[in-house]
Amino acid sequence: MSSPPPSQAAARQSAADDASTRALARSPRAAFRHGVVQSLPFMVVIVPFALLFGVVATEAGLDIAQVMGFSVLVLAGASQFTAVQLLSDNAPVIIVILSALAVNLRMAMYSASLLPWLRHATPGQKAWVAYALVDQSYALSIQHYERHPKLSVTQRLAYFAGAAAVVCVPWMISTWAGATVGQAIPDDIALDFAMPITFLAMIAPMLRTPAHLVACFVAIVAALLLARLPSGLGLLIAAPLGMGAGALVEVRAEQRAS
Amino acid sequence: MQISDATIWVIILVLGAGTYLIRWSFLGALGDRQMPGWFMRMLRYTPVAVLPALVAPLVVWPAATGGAPDPARMAAAAVTVAMGVLTRNVTLAILAGGVTLAGLLYML
Repeated sequence: MSSPPPSQAAARQSAADDASTRALARSPRAAFRHGVVQSLPFMVVIVPFALLFGVVATEAGLDIAQVMGFSVLVLAGASQFTAVQLLSDNAPVIIVILSALAVNLRMAMYSASLLPWLRHATPGQKAWVAYALVDQSYALSIQHYERHPKLSVTQRLAYFAGAAAVVCVPWMISTWAGATVGQAIPDDIALDFAMPITFLAMIAPMLRTPAHLVACFVAIVAALLLARLPSGLGLLIAAPLGMGAGALVEVRAEQRAS
Repeated sequence: MQISDATIWVIILVLGAGTYLIRWSFLGALGDRQMPGWFMRMLRYTPVAVLPALVAPLVVWPAATGGAPDPARMAAAAVTVAMGVLTRNVTLAILAGGVTLAGLLYML
C-alpha cells in the first residue's frame, strides 16, 4: 500500500486530535455514557448467550438461585458453561473447579495489562474493576486508554464502569430470563448438544494465529486420546499440553522474526 | 446430575472467589511483580486449549447417543466452527449449528 498524500494524513491526524480533545474534556458522567454507548453492540452477543446459559443450566438440574449464583458471583460465561457441563457429566468437584478456573486464567493477563493505567485508583476502586473485568470491558477499555493516554484516572474508571455495566447487568438479567424459560421447557426436547455448539462457537473466533491453532489442535488430540480416563481428568492433562504447545509456537515465531 | 445442592453451592462460591482473585491479582496483591515470561505466555492460550479439550469428546462420542458417533451432531459441529471462523460472530455460529442439528435430526 502507498502512503496517503500529505493532506490526507494531516486530516486524519487532526481528526485523531479532535477525538482526543473530546475524550479529555469529558466529565466523569460523560465518560461513563461514552463507555455505555461503545459497549452497546456487545449486547447482541451477551443477551442470547446468557439466555442460553440460563436454559442449559436449568435443564442440567440447577435451581434458579444456583443459576443466578453462577452469573452474579462467577460472572464469566465460558467458565460457567464449563462448570455446568462437567457437573452434568458427574465429574469430581475438584475437577469442575480446576477446569472452570483454568478457563479464567487469561484474566490475570487483563489485570496485569490494566495496572499501568489504573495504578493510582484507590484499592476500593480497583476491587470493583476486578469484579467487572470481563473480556468485553477489558478489550474496550485498554483500546480507549491506549488511544487517549492523557485521560485522568477518574475518566478511565468512569469509562470502564460504563462499558462494564452494559455487559454485566444484561448478563445477569438474561440469565434469570433464561432460567425462568428453562423451567417451562419440557424435558423431552434434546438440549444435549446446545453446550458443545456454544463452546465451538466461542472457540472458532479465537483461532487468530498459528500458535492458537496449534494449541487448539494439540488439546483436541490429547483430549480424544485421554477420553477413557475418569471424567474430566483427560481435560486437566490435555489443556496444559495445548497451552504449552501454543506458547512454544509463539516463541519459535518470535525467534524467526528477530 | 447426582450431586447435592450444598456441593453445587460450594462449587459456585469457590469458583466465584477464585475467579475474583485471578481478576484482582495484578491490580491488587501482585502489583508490578514480574512473572516469568513462559507463565504469561501460557495464559494467552488457556481458553483456546481448555475449551476444545472439553468439547472434543462431546462431539465425537455424544452422551445423547450413548457414545455412538452421530453424523448429525458431527455435521452441526463442523458448521458451527466454519461459521465461527468465517464470520467471527458467536451468535451466528450458534444459530447455524443449532439449525443444522435440528434439520438433520428431523430428516435422518
